[in-house]
Amino acid sequence: MTTIDLREDADVALHPSSDVRVTTVTMRRRVRNKLATIAMIGAFLVAVIPLGFVLVNVTQQGMKVVTKDFFTNEIPPDTGSADLTNDVLAKYGGTPTTTQQTSSTQLGIGPAIVGTLLTTLGAAVLAIPLGILGAVYLHEYGRKKRLASFIRFMTDVMTGVPSVVMGVFIYSVWVVHYGVDGKSAFAASLALGCLMLPIVVRSSEEMLRLVPDHLREASAALGVRTWRTTTKVVLPAALPGITSGSMLAVARAAGETAPVLFTIGAAYNYNWRFHGGNVSLSQFIYNQAALTGPTALRLAWGAALTLIVIVLVLTLVARAISSRLSIR
Amino acid sequence: MTGSEKLEEDDVPPETTTEDLLRLGDIASGSEQPPAAQPEAPVVFDVRDLSVFYGSFRAVRNVDFEIHQHQVTAFIGPSGCGKTTVLRSFNRMHDLTEGARVEGTLNYHGIDLYGADVNAVEVRRRIGMVFQKPNPFPKSIYDNVAYGPKLAGAKRSELDDIVQRSLEQAALWDEVKDRLKKSALGLSGGQQQRLCIARTVAVEPEVILMDEPCSALDPIATGRIEDLMDEIKAQYTIIIVTHNMQQAARVSDRCAFFTTEVNEQSDTRTGILVEFDATEKMFSNPSDERTENYVTGRFG
Repeated sequence: MTTIDLREDADVALHPSSDVRVTTVTMRRRVRNKLATIAMIGAFLVAVIPLGFVLVNVTQQGMKVVTKDFFTNEIPPDTGSADLTNDVLAKYGGTPTTTQQTSSTQLGIGPAIVGTLLTTLGAAVLAIPLGILGAVYLHEYGRKKRLASFIRFMTDVMTGVPSVVMGVFIYSVWVVHYGVDGKSAFAASLALGCLMLPIVVRSSEEMLRLVPDHLREASAALGVRTWRTTTKVVLPAALPGITSGSMLAVARAAGETAPVLFTIGAAYNYNWRFHGGNVSLSQFIYNQAALTGPTALRLAWGAALTLIVIVLVLTLVARAISSRLSIR
Repeated sequence: MTGSEKLEEDDVPPETTTEDLLRLGDIASGSEQPPAAQPEAPVVFDVRDLSVFYGSFRAVRNVDFEIHQHQVTAFIGPSGCGKTTVLRSFNRMHDLTEGARVEGTLNYHGIDLYGADVNAVEVRRRIGMVFQKPNPFPKSIYDNVAYGPKLAGAKRSELDDIVQRSLEQAALWDEVKDRLKKSALGLSGGQQQRLCIARTVAVEPEVILMDEPCSALDPIATGRIEDLMDEIKAQYTIIIVTHNMQQAARVSDRCAFFTTEVNEQSDTRTGILVEFDATEKMFSNPSDERTENYVTGRFG
């Protein structure tokens, strides 16, 4: 990157202002350019260090436990007590019994992967259509009306609500209401859906805003109703953006812990249904990490790596879809 | 071209055949067109004391004239004089603009377009519009033209014919017939504008409003569009806004000259209609001094 400057007092025969060679750039300016470049690269590195550290650490720790069966095995129910027993035995010179020692081949998080996919899918089905319809109302119909402004404001407020509050909200209106049966993948989907909704609404509205008004006018001038214009012209034009925005919201929901914590219940075996207790990766990581035993921690690292990969894949899918859909 | 046109009287009673179709909720196909131009062209639009407001700002005031069937009427005048504003009130495009409001009467075949029982969507079905900037949909050429008829209820089997006929009318068929499924955005500016005209005629409107349709085009593309207007005016009534006085002289039968009037107190500009007459007379022997100054290039 070279900055070309027109030096005022150029020492050449040319008319001073017509010398455009790089050498006429003043020293001072060149130094400032270098410093700014270094500062930018430095800021980038500082921003990348924590990210890189997390990724490297999780991958290292996670790969130790990940085997072919890790993704399909059911969750060992007694990781905490097994660790405790082994600790006690080790302290008093005993040898760990084989039944209590959990070998690597028996470890697994299959049910948590299923639970994560299930809750995320449920949340997406609940929040994405509603969010897109909300955005269509806000931008195509409500515009500057009082109601639209109010909804827009409340959506912003909702975006800022801590995710744990969403969990407590669903806990109080759904889980408590249904008692023991209340905790389920569906309840977790509700909580995650509440979290996703404002994100989908705002990102979709932003994408609708990017659709030029002249397309709406062109359609209207053909005697087409606003609703048809919206479904046939505006939404198709905004689809790539809406899709990637929604997929990013899904990725965000897949990694959320707090809303799931009070709402999903517990499970060690596969539960493919929305009904009944279930387990998600994020909640599983939280629980295992809290047990602090070596086996529990290994499981948590493995689950963390799996979760990062799932979120990464969702993000890549979002990108692929949006570039595939965009019209050239 | 315009020299051969006859001048018509303005006292023809308004044509009312489309009255019922215009009423709210009645989605009839507008295919039946009144017979081709007779020596006495009927009045399509009767504009009385029209004013357009944006919020509290009055953009245009007290416009009076009549638009005749199967003629090209041109709106000329300096920038900001409200030509486009008046044009957009003919198909109720102002409904889409926040805060825009129309006062006075704008009768279309004797029906007040701003009456309580008039359906704006149905109005736009009959009164199409071509915009200043070519604005094809980000769809294929075929889908652009088929869009209007399809949503108006045309059968799938009819669409091919409609698309071909419309593109032929817009003098674009030969250039695009081999790439109908390609994106319309790959066409040149002039082709895109002709595509927009094809898209407009595909829904068989009675009136076509053109808002500076050639201002983004080169002289060759402009010439094509002007020829096109001359060809299709036998079937449509055309109103064109233009900055180009030669264009107005070439294509129009009648001409409306607008200018701005500065309000001393609020320092705002309001558009007014200065003169409305046969194009020949407007350019050779205008009755208002301001018109003469404008058409001879002494002002604006």
